[in-house]
Amino acid sequence: MSTLRLEIVTPERTVYDKDVNMVVARGVDGDLGIMPQHIPLVTPLKIAPVKAKIGNNDEYIAVHGGFMEVRKDKVVILAESAELGSDIDVHRAQQAKERAQDRLNHKQSEVDHRRAELALQRALTRIRVGGGE
Amino acid sequence: MAKGMREIKRQIKSTQNMKQITKAMELVAAANLKRAQNAALAGRPYADKLKEVVSSIAGGGGSVKHPMLQSREVKKTAYIVFTSDRGLAGGLNSGLLKKFVDTLKSKHKSKAEYDLFVIGRKGRDYLKRRDYAVVQDVIGVPDSPKFADVKAIASAAVGGFEQGTYDEVYLVYNRFINALTQLPTVKQLLPLDAAAIGATKQAGPSAGYEYEPSPEAVLNVLLPKYAETLVYSALLENKASEFGSRMTAMSNATKNATKRINELTLTYNRARQAAITQEIAEIVGGANALS
Repeated sequence: MSTLRLEIVTPERTVYDKDVNMVVARGVDGDLGIMPQHIPLVTPLKIAPVKAKIGNNDEYIAVHGGFMEVRKDKVVILAESAELGSDIDVHRAQQAKERAQDRLNHKQSEVDHRRAELALQRALTRIRVGGGE
Repeated sequence: MAKGMREIKRQIKSTQNMKQITKAMELVAAANLKRAQNAALAGRPYADKLKEVVSSIAGGGGSVKHPMLQSREVKKTAYIVFTSDRGLAGGLNSGLLKKFVDTLKSKHKSKAEYDLFVIGRKGRDYLKRRDYAVVQDVIGVPDSPKFADVKAIASAAVGGFEQGTYDEVYLVYNRFINALTQLPTVKQLLPLDAAAIGATKQAGPSAGYEYEPSPEAVLNVLLPKYAETLVYSALLENKASEFGSRMTAMSNATKNATKRINELTLTYNRARQAAITQEIAEIVGGANALS
């Protein structure tokens, strides 16, 4: 099976660098499945898990925003932060999720609301990738 | 004589203690410098990639217009000033702040024309003491800073530009040249220099990208990120400068201490010899008087 290179880079380090068979990411307009020989593409990403398919295994990486650049044999994801499942503290993410939900339930200014929503998304992404569900 | 000798001995001891401290600080700074350089290197792929994509969009379309790429009439300027939290780093902070204050005085007539964002205790204290309006400050940035440490301040300045509060954003930091040389720099961050971005166009791949949902939308997301990344890399560079400068300053201090110890030891030995000679002379004198 042909492969493509998936790199996930943050300002601090390269989080992920492997050959995979398929990448599934959530772009701003919806989910995208990228296989080798995809047309070159650039799109911003939403806060969501990115799935990397290697053979019959799936690996999940929590990617918090950023964007994706697709080339024929390579996918580069640039994000402000990204975490592998093994690096995630699920307990902490659960707490963050509860905090964020709590804040959403109380009426607040629009900025706070937006911020809490983003925090909630990040927490949910972390929990899913960290295997907390 | 004996009293003078004790005095000198005490001075030697205290200089030795000082030398130990400066030596330790030098070593710590050297280790931190190494780490800061590595961090700057680790962040480079991200920054390069962003720049590549931004330039391929900005250069490719030609028609793409974005407020962050266009200069407008300057009514209000924001400065992001990077300093260190701790001193004992030679002339690092004072050199930078002096240059910065000179720039402010030559460019602006009144204090209403600019806002300051300050990172680092030294800069904050210096500027607050002189009654400059510090809008936001961050202190206690760790030795190996994370992106999150400057995110708030970077978004505030970049967001201010996007909303039209600021018409220009400058970075004020020490450019790291090598461990011995750091250059105080005032660099324009926004509006982004379209020419500089376009200049790297040839380096990037000329692959015709497809943009989803549209080139403008992608640019809207990318440019603020790119600007924030530049802020982060300025922070990393300033950190490296801080350690480099501290290392040099401490190495000089250690050298001076060694020199001083040698001088003092020499004086001490002379005084000791003089005391012994005098004692012998006294004994001989006494023995002669008896015989």
